[in-house]
Amino acid sequence: MQKYVSQIHRCFRCGYCKFPTDYSSFNCPSYRRFRFDSYSTGGRLWLIYAWLKGEIEWSEHLAEILYTCTTCKNCTEQCPMKFAPDIVDWIVGARSDMVEKGKIPPRVARFFEAVYGYGNPFKQLRSDRAAWATGTKKYASGDEYLLYVGCLGSYDENGQKMARSLVNILNASAVSFGILGEEEECCGNEIYMLGETGLFQNLVEKNSQQFKELGVSKVMTLCPHGYNTMKNIYPASGGNFEVYHYTQILNDLIKKNKIKPSRAKAKVTYHDPCFLGRYNNIYDEPRQILQSIPGIKLVEMERNRRDAFCCGGGSGNFVTDLLAGSADSPARIRVREAYETGADTLAVACPSCLTMLTDAVKAEDLDDKLTVKDISQILKELLSAK
Amino acid sequence: MTTTSALYDSLVKIVGKDFVSDQKEERYFYARDGGLMPPHEPDFVVMPKTTEEVQEIVKLANREKVPIVPKGAGLALTGLVIPQRGGLVLDMKRMDRILEVNEKARYVVVEAGVTQGVLKSYLQKHHPHLRHSIPDSPPVATIAGNVVIHGQGRLSQQHGFNSDMVSSLEVVLPTGELCHIGSCSVSSYWFSKGPPLPDLSGLFLGWFGTTGIITRLGLKLYPCKKMRDVMVFLTDKADLVPDMLLKLSHTEMIEDVVVSAAPLPLRFRGTFWIMAYITGDSDEELEFKRKMVWNALWEYFESRDLGFLSVSPDMKAPLMSMPSKDTSRFADVSKGGGFQYAGPITPIEKFPAFIRKLEEVATKYNVFYASTTRLIGAGHCMMFSFSFSFNRANTDEMARAKKALDECSKFALEEGGVLWKADIYEQKLLMDKMDPNTLVLMKKVKQLLDPNGIMNPGNWEVK
Repeated sequence: MQKYVSQIHRCFRCGYCKFPTDYSSFNCPSYRRFRFDSYSTGGRLWLIYAWLKGEIEWSEHLAEILYTCTTCKNCTEQCPMKFAPDIVDWIVGARSDMVEKGKIPPRVARFFEAVYGYGNPFKQLRSDRAAWATGTKKYASGDEYLLYVGCLGSYDENGQKMARSLVNILNASAVSFGILGEEEECCGNEIYMLGETGLFQNLVEKNSQQFKELGVSKVMTLCPHGYNTMKNIYPASGGNFEVYHYTQILNDLIKKNKIKPSRAKAKVTYHDPCFLGRYNNIYDEPRQILQSIPGIKLVEMERNRRDAFCCGGGSGNFVTDLLAGSADSPARIRVREAYETGADTLAVACPSCLTMLTDAVKAEDLDDKLTVKDISQILKELLSAK
Repeated sequence: MTTTSALYDSLVKIVGKDFVSDQKEERYFYARDGGLMPPHEPDFVVMPKTTEEVQEIVKLANREKVPIVPKGAGLALTGLVIPQRGGLVLDMKRMDRILEVNEKARYVVVEAGVTQGVLKSYLQKHHPHLRHSIPDSPPVATIAGNVVIHGQGRLSQQHGFNSDMVSSLEVVLPTGELCHIGSCSVSSYWFSKGPPLPDLSGLFLGWFGTTGIITRLGLKLYPCKKMRDVMVFLTDKADLVPDMLLKLSHTEMIEDVVVSAAPLPLRFRGTFWIMAYITGDSDEELEFKRKMVWNALWEYFESRDLGFLSVSPDMKAPLMSMPSKDTSRFADVSKGGGFQYAGPITPIEKFPAFIRKLEEVATKYNVFYASTTRLIGAGHCMMFSFSFSFNRANTDEMARAKKALDECSKFALEEGGVLWKADIYEQKLLMDKMDPNTLVLMKKVKQLLDPNGIMNPGNWEVK
């Protein structure tokens, strides 16, 4: 991560990072929201370099510019340079330096304080972590999967609905699984992206140790953020288990005829979560689930798959909300784009996207025209209808 | 003069507080571009959304005698949007609407902040049989920014400079009045920037924003054929290149002709890649054009002065892409995030002398070079780029690259070339050499339009 100090001057500020593949519009969520070039990836990298060289001092505004990046990885996809894969690491590296110096935006500081003190960014009691899960079996040795629910699934109203739906489907499909309940820890994905490397390491060690003690060999995550960190970052710290996002498991169950959804009548568009799509190349499974449902017509938004426009929730922004407050907030732009497809349902596969886009639908006054649902919720309703 | 804080408040009243910044971070970023010109900070960065807002800002600035620099993406690399005397930088990219496509008159009307990338994508989706002349600058370059510096693009071999393709202008004058230039001044159609009227577009194109702010423009569109291909030829005979280019141009069947040269990879050192782009609506049309290109160059194959390079799909893809990402990648050759080029416009016959100078200067200053030459018009001239990459973390290398560029610019001028998108020092070189009566005329034009000298001061300043 610290490599950024010797590399960050390589950005030419050419601006490819602002676009999707077809250049049809601006695809960097923070640039699209604020429109000053300083809020684009090129702007950020030049400002970080200026900060390192002492040409500008730290300021709250500089920190805000850094933290409005959702680490959605659009820049990585579009940057034509050889260093493109490192861009997010450079930004995280600079954030990490700001954290070490204690110079971060107050909202980010509160995010960390909540995770230090409560084990989740919402300042909710640990004893309430499994309040959503009444009757759900705890993980025990011999269970095939540990269902890792995550902070959003545990505490956020929308996330809880999603978690309950998934548990119902898994139970109905006789999948062997259990949850950690009150013993579950934050996965740390946002902590990592926000640059708190010490706390992140602590969470990785706690989770890895707990999984090891319980003999967990397969983890199924509700949230793409948890999926990303456990799959890509934990192994370097000794995490030794297979990781699946729930859409991979459900898609497999459908293919094996263990789930047979009843007929629906809906026109659905699917929003790719950044940590599932661009980070982990999982584009097909969620679509295959939706396409397996008789009566659902799947339509694509203009920006989809690797060009999907981020909802603005990444890097803890589902709590810090540094991109909110405007019709140009990414989530509001995204629901307008979804609505333009003529879909009545906006399907997601991430509790962060679910809550960001649900709020945006209200802000756009589209409540009676567009419903945001997680794929687990869509499937669960159709299983109940059988 | 109004206090800075009062000026800030006035700007906020015009565009809203979200779109004005006097913060250090924005002032730092907008003080510089990706090239080698020294930075200078603006006092404010302002992002107007409408022509009316631009008018209000200009009236305010003119009243208070505050400099204004209109800016697109700032990709000229010669510091043309660096606010040499502070004041306001107007980032025009919020004015991003495509207002009209007239299919039958083949033009588009756009706001000044519309980018090359967005227009390309829009035409592909909605008017696939029409295209515009896409430059090799990154897709965030704006249409207005490109024409105001007399940029070139993929259709320049056929139709001249991209500024020749302007088909009307809407301009806010430095005193705040709104002015329409060309057919749109008397008609609802935006099909001509001048003829049959006096062509007033020359008061704004090429002036780098020193005579007014373009807020809307019409741009000519051209047929977009269904197929496109590139034929790549190699020669090590620089002296023969001008005639080869003329013969290609003579076919009147080429979309674009580009010659590139670089010292790496080693197997291509000392050779020049001549790339001839052709288009067609059918295999037959494309094949016929291929044959015509072969015939045009046949004598050079026979004399073994020219070879044909069969390119793999992997090699061909970057050559075909519009814009070319390879242009930006050159900035990372030294793993340092920078390149700049002097791009004189010059007769084709100067190619051999220019390429020799490029190699000589690169050796002298120990800098990495590349060159791209683009034919403009039917061989009427070419843009020859003396390009040098540099590492932004290496001040010595940056200084050497700047010396190399300066020497090339002086050489090009001595050889009869005219410097393109000249930086403020090169502008002085040009004006020192210019017909004195031309200079007087420029001064009168400038004084007439911008009596308080607020528009992009430091540029095209006739003493």
